[in-house]
Amino acid sequence: MPGPIQSIERAAAVLRLLASGARRMGVAELARALELPKPTVHGILRTLQLVGFVEQSPDTGKYQLGAALFHIGSSYLDGNELRTRALNWSDSLASRSMESVRIGTLHENQVLVVHHVFRPDNSRQVLEVGALLPSHASALGKVLLADDPVGLTDDEPLKAYTAATITDPDLLGDALEQVRQRGWASDIEELVDGEVSLAAPIRDRRAVTVGAVGISGPVERLCDEHKQPRTDLVSYVREAARSISRELGAIPW
Amino acid sequence: MSTYIAAIDQGTTSSRCIVFDHGGAIVSVAQKEHRQIFPRPGWVEHDAEEIWANVLDVVHGALQKASLTVHDLAAVGITNQRETTLVWDKATGKPVHNAIVWQDTRTDQLVKELGEQNRFRDKCGLPLATYFSGPKVRWLLDHVDGLRERGERGEVLFGTMDTWLIWKLTGRHVTDVTNASRTMLMNLETLDWDDELVDAIGVPRAMLPEIRSSAEVYGTATGTLDGVPVASALGDQQAALFGQTCYSPGEGKCTYGTGSFLLVNTGDKPVVSENGLLTTVGYKIGDQPAAYALEGAIAVTGALVQWFRDKMGLIGSAPEIETLARSVEDNGGAYFVPAFSGLFAPHWRSDARGIIAGLTGYIDKGHIARAVLEATAWQTREVVDAMNADSGVELTTLKVDGGMTANNLLMGFLSDVLDVPVVRPIVAETTCLGAAYAAGLAVGYWSDTETLRENWHKAAEWLPTMDARTRDKGYRKWKKAVERTVGWIDEDDNDE
Repeated sequence: MPGPIQSIERAAAVLRLLASGARRMGVAELARALELPKPTVHGILRTLQLVGFVEQSPDTGKYQLGAALFHIGSSYLDGNELRTRALNWSDSLASRSMESVRIGTLHENQVLVVHHVFRPDNSRQVLEVGALLPSHASALGKVLLADDPVGLTDDEPLKAYTAATITDPDLLGDALEQVRQRGWASDIEELVDGEVSLAAPIRDRRAVTVGAVGISGPVERLCDEHKQPRTDLVSYVREAARSISRELGAIPW
Repeated sequence: MSTYIAAIDQGTTSSRCIVFDHGGAIVSVAQKEHRQIFPRPGWVEHDAEEIWANVLDVVHGALQKASLTVHDLAAVGITNQRETTLVWDKATGKPVHNAIVWQDTRTDQLVKELGEQNRFRDKCGLPLATYFSGPKVRWLLDHVDGLRERGERGEVLFGTMDTWLIWKLTGRHVTDVTNASRTMLMNLETLDWDDELVDAIGVPRAMLPEIRSSAEVYGTATGTLDGVPVASALGDQQAALFGQTCYSPGEGKCTYGTGSFLLVNTGDKPVVSENGLLTTVGYKIGDQPAAYALEGAIAVTGALVQWFRDKMGLIGSAPEIETLARSVEDNGGAYFVPAFSGLFAPHWRSDARGIIAGLTGYIDKGHIARAVLEATAWQTREVVDAMNADSGVELTTLKVDGGMTANNLLMGFLSDVLDVPVVRPIVAETTCLGAAYAAGLAVGYWSDTETLRENWHKAAEWLPTMDARTRDKGYRKWKKAVERTVGWIDEDDNDE
């Protein structure tokens, strides 16, 4: 039986380093940490980049884990499957909150809307399945980013949609930490003036966040007089997220 | 205080219990699948004892999930797979045979012997087909030793699944008008068993249940649901019509499940179809006059996706078909006519069998996935055309419900081939909702149908985007594919 293959061992060490420690690392940093010559590390990184397991920032030249690796690790949930499993609970959420409901998954740093339930007032609305939302400026996106092992790449600056959009990466980091702690996210006029969205994570049986469910509507209906999200609506959103998670086999929490 | 209504949906593949609140929103759901028993090609049976045990399980499960007890329930309603036929011993409560499921075609020969297809249509609104309960009971009477004699003495009882559940829950032997309208034994005008039909098909009167309305208290449950009024029964499709609040003539819906069923309310008079549709009872609330409906029944829609998953193994779960279908732009010229047990409406050809037409070397699994989904839409188009012809009024919007409405690709394509908007209500579980609504009306939980209408809200809408030329060409190809399915079965195919 042949012995272990050295280059695979080294590639694994690179991935492990990128997954631990600081988020992004340069070739020199990695070479130092692994006590390997820079050209060797560079060759490994180039190959890993080709298969999508690492990504290089075009600005800084530093490396981070790639999306392909994340999908292998989390055994990616089909968006159509998620919609089907969530149907009853997203309907109930719309009925109880009287607002429109969206379910999103992370797609190349943006939120892909995989399900949309109209606001139940029989007004004219357009189905937005397939639409993309900016992840740093929407409640769905914040929920997904908060639990994403890769996080937002800072290839591009955070775009301001309104005066309230979080554009400072450090402030966004703080906001995401808050989302992780309280278990839900809000966007208060951060994407559209006068509009608010609330969202909570959908988790599967391994407690991996596979999507987010949320409601959106005018600030007058979704917030109280202190411009804070109404607690009854937050609880509806979180209950819907829990019901969908239970449907996916998550341990009830 | 009793603040909720429970609905039991005894379906073809599973039994479910859903608890609804006063706004018609779902509070909890429990579901359990039962075995599909296939003793021979074309035969499909269910174990009625297993189903009863599952029903108790899901009732218990739905209450538990919402931390409710029976005291929180104002009533329980029942909806069920229609036509599925059971005979049981009145004294012991034991079924004498597995239930014969609606899809079962064992009565093929018997149905031929009973005569010309439209022989009983004027009285019962139905063509002679293996689908309906009457011939299925007759088969049991002919094939289970001594059953006919016991039936004549009233020692065994016949029932569809509503009757079985009500009997198990309350001890009463009753059915509702909608389920009775699927037996071929009920007269649509009198809403009672018809002597001529009962004699012609050969079922002893003594084993038939009493026909009641769809919304009234049949009795009070004992056991798991102790003390809860059992207050509604509707066949699943009629329940969906009721849940979609189609209470005025001309209002209709299409439910996408194992099969698909387009029903349109025709008011207080039965309309006999000239285009292959069924005339059936829509619902009857207590002492009010019955509302009738025209029905376009399609045998295989969701079942084709299940077949694609289970028998072809090209997808891991039903929703993944959308992902696979979206891997290509169109069907590549392939058409899939799923005439697995013949064709239902509007063709009614039991000698048809399924085909995939238009195969070339270009076709890959994505195209077949498309063809599988499109089959549901084209079959709907055929029954909508028949409905428009029978009613003389063009359909302007299609209200849809059922599990397949989660498939956006299909719903968009459906809108394209019908060239009308397709609308999904906020509760896709309209079957359970309809049973809950009827039960709630019977016990005064809801005051009237107007209150129920106010609960109906649009959850999604798909608008047509296909140009007329593409649509017409697709429909032409579909029809050509359908032509190629008929006449496949030969006389000797039915030999043992």
